Amino acid sequence: MLPMLSHAEILRYSRHLLIPEVGLEGQRKLKQSSVLVIGTGGLGSPVALYLAAAGVGRIGLVDYDVVDFSNLQRQVIHGTAGLGELKVESARDRMLDLNPDIQVDVYNEPFTSENAMRIAADYDVIIDGTDNFPTRYLTNDVCVLLGKPNVYGSIFRFDGQVSVFDARRGPCYRCLFPEPPPPGLVPSCAEGGVLGVLPGTIGTLQATEALKLLLDIGQPLIGSLLLFNALDMSFDFVKLRKNPRCKICGPQPEVTELIDYEAFCGVPGHDHDDGSAGVDWDITVSELAARLKNGNHLSLIDVREPHELEISRLEGARLIPLGQLAARLSELDSAEDMVLFCKSGTRSARALELMVSAGFRKVKNLKGGINAWAREVDPTLPVY
Amino acid sequence: MPVLRIPTPLRSYTNGEREVTVKGNTVGDAMDDLMVQYPTLRPHLYNGNAELRPFVNLFLNEENIRELQGLATPLQETDRLMLIPSIAGG
Repeated sequence: MLPMLSHAEILRYSRHLLIPEVGLEGQRKLKQSSVLVIGTGGLGSPVALYLAAAGVGRIGLVDYDVVDFSNLQRQVIHGTAGLGELKVESARDRMLDLNPDIQVDVYNEPFTSENAMRIAADYDVIIDGTDNFPTRYLTNDVCVLLGKPNVYGSIFRFDGQVSVFDARRGPCYRCLFPEPPPPGLVPSCAEGGVLGVLPGTIGTLQATEALKLLLDIGQPLIGSLLLFNALDMSFDFVKLRKNPRCKICGPQPEVTELIDYEAFCGVPGHDHDDGSAGVDWDITVSELAARLKNGNHLSLIDVREPHELEISRLEGARLIPLGQLAARLSELDSAEDMVLFCKSGTRSARALELMVSAGFRKVKNLKGGINAWAREVDPTLPVY
Repeated sequence: MPVLRIPTPLRSYTNGEREVTVKGNTVGDAMDDLMVQYPTLRPHLYNGNAELRPFVNLFLNEENIRELQGLATPLQETDRLMLIPSIAGG
């Protein structure tokens, strides 16, 4: 028995009620339905806002982060007044302001192998709005094991991908990507950047797919992957098929319960690490400042991209972008003391790994990068 | 000649080119031609045994070459190849 709509709800949803594919019955279906949104960042923002506005009766939000200044360029569910607030609470307040007739359940915790099945079990549709590979594989596996549709969206710079992975009716995420890329090969948005409106485009497409699934209308993107490029304004579709050797949804699954996804992917389950290459290889900004002050001779190697020099730079540093480093190692003298740095220490830790494997030993990674330098040593530099 | 679409994360290895014209009678030949044109792409696409890395998805028109004949899949002049990267941003 579907729930009834009040007169206020009938007025609120009148533009839906006028569409025959939705109508009164469809709106009542939405009121009865539930969606879990994993991540309340760039993708989660439009997803949660539109699903709340559309009248999805119960929406769950999973995130453990707080609203940061650098989020507001794209995470439009949050506001300047909410800086420092828990993201799930900031998002819930905005959603309930938009639509007080819905229920918003918040899970202020990381989505992990320990809690994921419990959290997801009670929802009709799961939305993958996460920002890292381990949580994407976890979300996929939870959906396959629980038999729920996973509305997938992913972004990088100007590129976006959307699909609906429902292993009961088509392929899953692992069918397309059986293995994650090696750590460090694909930069995160925190390192590589993202056009602010892109998660808006991709997130609204995810919300559209979720509503279609809940209403059982149209053609969901099952077995199809949408590839969007904002620079070309191109929408390409490719066919996805179930992989008979898929380790979780194939006929002989090897994965029958949740695993350790950080170990599987070799990276942490969030997109901001501490910019460390390990205690033996790190140098802190205060140590570096002291050594420079004492006149120690060391070379500073900036592994960022050229356009980042316009934001901040360290005097005397030499620019060798990470992507060029392997080809330019011969320019460096392994007898010399070197300190590698980038924005926050992530790329320079990769650079250090590359140099050490090439035989360099007198290299250090500037922990926390030029941003830590700006925070702790030279406040005339901006943090970005 | 067939064209191969380069995803944003790999465009820094193709001088920013988003589409590269490639020649060859098979998908493998076309990829070899791509490696000749942009040698620094190789470690991102191939493993040590000259096989495509498992996280690299190469589509011929709408189909994954895994579903066709892999690198041996024949190529037509008007075909479009597309590399589909794993991206995780959100």
